[in-house]
Amino acid sequence: MILVGPLALFLLIIFVIPIGSLLTRAIDNPEVIQTLPTTLKALQHWDRKSTPPDTAYLALSQDLTKAKNSPSAGELARRLNYEIPGYRSLLFKTLRRTPIQATDGPAARDALLAIDKRWSELPYWAAIANNDKSWSPYYLLASLDLKLNSKGDVTSVPPDTSAFRAIFSRTFVISLVVTLVTLLLGYPLSYWITRLSKRRANLVLICILIPFWTSILVRIAAWVVLLQREGLVNSALMHLGLISEPLPLLFNRLGVYIAMVHILLPFMVLPLYSVMQSVPPTYQRAAISLGSHPFAAFWRVYVPQTYPGIGAGSLLVFIIAVGYYITPALLGGAGDQMISYYVAYFTNQTTNWGMASALGLILLVGTLLLYSLYRKISGKELTLG
Amino acid sequence: MKPRPLLLALALSVPFAMLGQTSAQARDLTVVNFGGANGDAQTAAFIKPFEKESGKPVISVAYNGEQAKVKAMVQSHDVVWDAVEVETGDLGRGCEEGTYENIDWSKILDKSDIVQGALKYCGVGTFVWSTVLAYNADALKTAPTGWADFWNVKKFPGKRGLRKGAHYNLEFALMADGVAPSDVYKVLATPEGVDRAFKKLDELKPYIQWWEAGAQPVQMLSAGDVVMSAAYNGRIDAAQREGRNLKVVWNGGVYDFDYWVIPTGSTNKDQAIAFVKYASSPKAQAAYSQHIAYGPISKKAIGMLSPDVLAKLPNSPANARNALFNDLDFWTDHGEELEQRFAAWAAR
Amino acid sequence: MLKTVLPHYVSTTERIWYYTLRILCALILLFLVLPILVIIPLSFSQSSLLLYPIQSFSLRWYDTLFHSSDWIRAATNSFIVAPSATVIATVLGTLAAAGLHRAQFPGKGFLVAVLISPMIVPLVVTGLGIYLFFAPYGLVNSYSGLILALAAIGAPYVVTTVSATLQGLDPNLLRASYSLGAGPIRTFFGVTLPIIAPGVIAGALFAFATAFDEIVITLFLAGPEQVTLPRQMFTGIRENISPVIAAVATILILFSTSLLLVLEWLRGRAAARTTRVTST
Repeated sequence: MILVGPLALFLLIIFVIPIGSLLTRAIDNPEVIQTLPTTLKALQHWDRKSTPPDTAYLALSQDLTKAKNSPSAGELARRLNYEIPGYRSLLFKTLRRTPIQATDGPAARDALLAIDKRWSELPYWAAIANNDKSWSPYYLLASLDLKLNSKGDVTSVPPDTSAFRAIFSRTFVISLVVTLVTLLLGYPLSYWITRLSKRRANLVLICILIPFWTSILVRIAAWVVLLQREGLVNSALMHLGLISEPLPLLFNRLGVYIAMVHILLPFMVLPLYSVMQSVPPTYQRAAISLGSHPFAAFWRVYVPQTYPGIGAGSLLVFIIAVGYYITPALLGGAGDQMISYYVAYFTNQTTNWGMASALGLILLVGTLLLYSLYRKISGKELTLG
Repeated sequence: MKPRPLLLALALSVPFAMLGQTSAQARDLTVVNFGGANGDAQTAAFIKPFEKESGKPVISVAYNGEQAKVKAMVQSHDVVWDAVEVETGDLGRGCEEGTYENIDWSKILDKSDIVQGALKYCGVGTFVWSTVLAYNADALKTAPTGWADFWNVKKFPGKRGLRKGAHYNLEFALMADGVAPSDVYKVLATPEGVDRAFKKLDELKPYIQWWEAGAQPVQMLSAGDVVMSAAYNGRIDAAQREGRNLKVVWNGGVYDFDYWVIPTGSTNKDQAIAFVKYASSPKAQAAYSQHIAYGPISKKAIGMLSPDVLAKLPNSPANARNALFNDLDFWTDHGEELEQRFAAWAAR
Repeated sequence: MLKTVLPHYVSTTERIWYYTLRILCALILLFLVLPILVIIPLSFSQSSLLLYPIQSFSLRWYDTLFHSSDWIRAATNSFIVAPSATVIATVLGTLAAAGLHRAQFPGKGFLVAVLISPMIVPLVVTGLGIYLFFAPYGLVNSYSGLILALAAIGAPYVVTTVSATLQGLDPNLLRASYSLGAGPIRTFFGVTLPIIAPGVIAGALFAFATAFDEIVITLFLAGPEQVTLPRQMFTGIRENISPVIAAVATILILFSTSLLLVLEWLRGRAAARTTRVTST
């Protein structure tokens, strides 16, 4: 057991702690309490139905004066813009006119309203008042197309903008289809290899391993060559007279499936093959000699003995597939992107790490649930064969 | 980043920290751009001449515009990039959040020579590029003239290529629907305008082939996958130079700048400013536009170029006449909201 | 090429079934290998497009490749980073698998979940998380940071493969070793390791393939000096889809095929020797 120590420690430092601290960002909400502390205090007893108290206007103008030209103003603007699109430019418009020369509430109120009339609208104030804690379920809710309304109840976002539930289920469907197809192709292939002589089996395994060893990016380029409109597959089919119009094989769901199955097939074959290798052929032969039909013997005697391989291969393929993003990004259409594409989008394009972490957290929890289900059913850990 | 150090992790990380010591002292000036043909043109027009002039080596690095990397570098006070080319959308946000040094470029550069829109508080334009309608002249007998033709699948049968995402496509859709380029962002700022743009996109949805990376539309057009596509004008120019019969429709193109920024805390700040100053000079800008079909940010440079070169640039007087200037502020305010709505739309 | 003679007593149905299986499998193999095969000729194309039919042939892309300092640096980096990560992952992973084998202790399930977690966390999340955590220690944009991260990604593959092999290990052998006075460490190196060597090698290959082809984490962690082959190819595919990628792919395919064939040959020799030893 002591031997586990080095790796456990290594992964703890290199992997578990970094991911853990990243995931805390999914609920981290420091911007408003750090930058607008006096405003929050002034809004403490505000009922969110009437006009905010004049003291809040004064507090806001003071907080903003302090925040001017500091990075925290930018972080605040970004955070509030998530609540109401356009809040960012409202804040910067206001910031450009600070310091506001006002010593009492009513004067501050008039000054802010003179800058922009939106400061009289309640939602803009509610957006501040609702973020009075250093954590917030905002990102996690948004990842599931939910939000808190002004009363603090969880509600769905309008269907126009609700995208993530559909994307999560799409991620699930794509991974499931890919898993089933790899199983359908991988099972007979692995079975066949076990029936070959050792030398030939190794040759076939090399054929399977060569694509496995070839960069995913190269394989993506190769599928473009094969599947594009005037690519090899379409030209061949048209030459044979099977089709008269080129089929759309690329930049749609089909292209994603083909490439993903190609990339993940070895991950199915290897565990399957290793389990099948250890299945003694004698049981099946015994069943046949006892009068069972060969197919029935195969189905009832052989297949059950390979369940561990089916389980391990399917789980492995599914888990890897769920996290895919470069393949669908380069070979799929706008409606074929998986959740990781959006994690990358929020990470790299908009640097909205709260959202990226929240989506990642949900994906991670889903994967862990699936894995624990697998462990419960199979009573084993995942193996590669 | 607010560090959340666990005592254990911290204690154990010390040896790693020593392992990871990179030469923080006296780094060479590191210039970061998007690589590819653009990177090559920058090497020839900016980097090599600047090395010669300053007598110091410059490291050039290609990246994909991941601002996460710049942001993390700044937050961890380990800045190894000095002058970075960024896209418009990242400029405003990064500037406001303090990721980039606040430099008043109007005091450093000759303001009267810089084209409008290229001088921002944290950044200065690298060059002008445009997202345009491009078509395969071998596949289309009559030339399309604008986005209305792009939407006209009867007159121009075949698939169209568009970049995945809301940005640009909403603008194109409105122009196809008859909105004048100068009114596009006014219309798009209203909820009805957004609805109108998505409705227009609905019409074309079955005919769209989506692309992700700038090299893809060229491959799609050349391979006959699509007859027309939105594409970056520099890519089309590069394909033309290789003898492919692709053409550009400048009418209704959306032009934009890339910007130089200096990440906050760069130890080579002064040298980086000197580099950007050099890269913005008329001489360097004119040299750059001769290497690649991106427009100069220097007015004098435009005057130094031949008509042949000008015909390929997004901001030559003739090509810019009916074009739209990308509205940075609009997209910083509404970008995430509209991209999410786009994702919802694409899922239907 | 892969003919197996069927015994004469099998029935016609079985014969049909067998040949169907063979044709099906041949098709699946074709599906696996075809994309790799189509990319090779394109590397000799004169055109700058990845498109058939090839009009004229040339070696210009290889010329470009061998004269490009970027690609040479990328290749050098890949052969520094991937093997180092593989060694770390293999050593730690093998030890951990041996430690887990047949051990029963509270929290084992949780420990195992931790050990294989890098396999199931989406790479984007891993990339960002490690990036933010490494940055304060100067591990970003350094070889050590990239190597450590890729080792973490590869280690679960070693753990799982070696664990699988260990399940087939006869416990009596270990008992024999202990009864002869050998300690756990001596037993591990003297008895366990030689037996599970194939599993260790397989795990190391998985770890190597993962590290060698990793792109998402590399995008985050690699600085300008650490650009690896996949990173360079990623730039290529995004920026300029040219047959240089096909040329790189061709060289890598030749490399990996010969590596696999050498391994196969070594295994064949080893097997032959064992047979000889046992038969004498």
